[in-house]
Amino acid sequence: MRHSAAPLPSVGSLWQACRQHSLFWPCVALLGLVVLNGGFNPGFFSLSWRDGHLYGPIIDVFNRAAPLMAVALGMTVVIATRGIDISVGAIVAIAAAVAATLVGGSLVIQDGQQVYVTRTSLPLALLLALAAAALCGLWNGLLVGVGGIQPIIATLILMVAGRGIAQLLTNGQIITIYYAPYFFIGNGYVLGLPFTIYLVAALALLMGWLKHRTALGLFIQASGANPVAARLAGINAPLLIVAVYTFCGFTAGLAGLMISANVKSADGNNAGQLLELDAILAVTLGGTALAGGRFSLRGSLIGALIIQTLTYAIYSTGVPPEVNLVVKAVVVLVVSLVQSPALLARWQSRGAPAA
Amino acid sequence: MSGICKRFPGVQALRDAQLRLYPGEVHVLMGQNGAGKSTLIKVLTGVYPPDAGRIELQRRPVQPASPLAAQQLGIATVYQEVNLCPNLSVTENILAGRLPRRWGGIAWGAAHRQADGVLKALNIPIDGRQLLSDQPVAVQQMVAIARAVSMDAQVLVLDEPTSSLDENETAQIFAVMQRLRDRGVAILFITHFLDQAYAIADRITVMRNGSFVGEYRPLELPRLKLVSLMIGRDFSEADATPPLPMDAAEAQVPVLRVRGLARRGQLHPLDLDVQAGQVLGLAGLLGSGRTETARLLFGADRADGGSLSLEGQARRFGSPRDAMRAGLAYCPEERKTEGIVAELSVRENIALALQVRRGWWRHITRLQQQALAEHWVRELDIKTAGVEGPIAQLSGGNQQKAMLARWLATEPHLLILDEPTRGIDVAAKQEIMDLVLALCRRGLALIFISSEMPEVLRVSHRIAVMRDRRKVAELPNQRLTEADIFRVITASQGEPRQKEAA
Repeated sequence: MRHSAAPLPSVGSLWQACRQHSLFWPCVALLGLVVLNGGFNPGFFSLSWRDGHLYGPIIDVFNRAAPLMAVALGMTVVIATRGIDISVGAIVAIAAAVAATLVGGSLVIQDGQQVYVTRTSLPLALLLALAAAALCGLWNGLLVGVGGIQPIIATLILMVAGRGIAQLLTNGQIITIYYAPYFFIGNGYVLGLPFTIYLVAALALLMGWLKHRTALGLFIQASGANPVAARLAGINAPLLIVAVYTFCGFTAGLAGLMISANVKSADGNNAGQLLELDAILAVTLGGTALAGGRFSLRGSLIGALIIQTLTYAIYSTGVPPEVNLVVKAVVVLVVSLVQSPALLARWQSRGAPAA
Repeated sequence: MSGICKRFPGVQALRDAQLRLYPGEVHVLMGQNGAGKSTLIKVLTGVYPPDAGRIELQRRPVQPASPLAAQQLGIATVYQEVNLCPNLSVTENILAGRLPRRWGGIAWGAAHRQADGVLKALNIPIDGRQLLSDQPVAVQQMVAIARAVSMDAQVLVLDEPTSSLDENETAQIFAVMQRLRDRGVAILFITHFLDQAYAIADRITVMRNGSFVGEYRPLELPRLKLVSLMIGRDFSEADATPPLPMDAAEAQVPVLRVRGLARRGQLHPLDLDVQAGQVLGLAGLLGSGRTETARLLFGADRADGGSLSLEGQARRFGSPRDAMRAGLAYCPEERKTEGIVAELSVRENIALALQVRRGWWRHITRLQQQALAEHWVRELDIKTAGVEGPIAQLSGGNQQKAMLARWLATEPHLLILDEPTRGIDVAAKQEIMDLVLALCRRGLALIFISSEMPEVLRVSHRIAVMRDRRKVAELPNQRLTEADIFRVITASQGEPRQKEAA
């Protein structure tokens, strides 16, 4: 390893290196919120083992953050191409609606007992729900990459229409799901940990692999940072854009499955409401610039955790729910300001003459 | 006498740099890239605070804290890249921030009169009502100067305003500069062009490695002396003279054969042949269709007529991707906006095209990329702290070499270089040209585009002369001189019509 060959760095230089790291401030923010939570609620760090499951507020935060983490990961690559996808909330609703109508759960008598069975085989239902979500993403991608429409407008179309599609699928009603195996996606446990954590981890690993072990990371960052140069270097930008939006749709579909399985229903109107904004926030908090180019998947995961931990802190510290959004906005403002290069430069130039 | 004198024992960028500007004089600042010219200007115009040193304006010490503060002191700057708003009118650009008002609104009549007055005083023949983006770059530069002047600048800093202009346009800018000089403005003019420096300078300051080398009167400073001062070593006459072209076998199948390539509004039908081991120079003034030709060849723009064959095989390029897959490579004219990806590292920039050629699935690992980048850094002598640093930190010449590395890594059959020496220092220009010749000795076919005729003459085996978006002649480079080329350009004025009729 190269590290062992280098002289042992001093604590000071190590601290410098940490501070320079792009994930420094997101990590500080997350740690700060965790400490805050611990301060107000000593039980925050408690973990207990019941029925072979690990319980505790931290596990809960992870479990609840999982859909947002999935969507934020998809949003990250879209933003890296200078794009944005504000239709992910609607795609969540569509995926949930597709899954709910296909699974449903009909009451049948089996061996003299009443049981709910799925209308379509579960794997097929899941596959079709994810495919529907990916198809939505493909539509966005075609509008942006081939149609050349501004991303925010292109995805606004599906943001509005998607809710309508979801409500058409559910006949304008909230569909309750009765088929128990489906709930596993949102509430299941594997080896003591929530299944959602595994889903997100698998997604993150897949994307990390695609970023670092294929050339996609380089291509996305190059065409986000300088589309003209990337085109002249031979990168097929339209295809790349279609691919990232499709993938983003897929991650939103995954989130839709998690959410609907967790609440055991599909609500075309409210499922995934405002999730697009939280996802964009998570990406930004994680240090990926909306201007495109370099992106950080880990940053977005941390960003999503910040948002969920913050929500948890607001509830556990007894802040009235009415001011919830205001508190959220203030925290986000602070984290964003701390990361602002312009502000940093101003701060340093002020500090310099005094030193 | 007013003068600006400044010295500051800085860390690296500037060491005891100094500069004296006199009213009514054009002072040319020369130096290689990285000599500290830009830093010095940025200190003068308040972009960077100096670590030490003094700036005096009319014998009073001043310390501009920001570009705005410098402007208020009467130090105005026009940057290399036009810094205006293309979507606004000329008037708005000139008077932005100072538009005359009446009854809470803008007094447009007065504004246009005021702007027209400024334009007229400088003899710039445009109407203030026109949209800036409709104007050619030269006019935009003049508008930038007009804006600077209209703020009653005592000191006008022009940072390479002519780098993308042709000779006519440069002459127009010079006329404006002379008029200002006669009005007593102190002008600081930065340029890489020796001819321009001698054409306009009253005084020349040379910088090297962040230090002041000397201040000279142009008459006392022969060109070769100036160049050797800039690069810090003697510059022998032999370097400047073109070598005799090698004669390559004309009979072989050309690498590239183009017949009737055209695009409406950009290029009239044109034929080209490029042989392996040969350099085809494209000579012509700015706007003569050189870059358009290159872009059509590479598929960056789509041709609407003509045929193209590469090594005997007919091809059609719908995108740069197709062209690169077929073995073409293109270093575009605008290095900063179309070439480098500033945010990425030197390593990533060099590996980019090869990775694209291999496809996203056949990944070049980080270690392989590193090895590749390090190989080319050594091979082309790219000066960089390391391959992991952002490419934006390299000087222009080294960025250009990195672009060459990007394309050479794909092992192309034909390399198109569009203005590879623009905006880079004299030594780097030499290196690039030596490299071009070395590459063609290894059997690569090249197309070399440059506004600087001596460069084209030096490296090209044959020269296609362009004018008004068409090829007007193709000359074998046998003791051709600049004058020969210019004769062709000017003599061909009547010809196109006859050709069209035929």
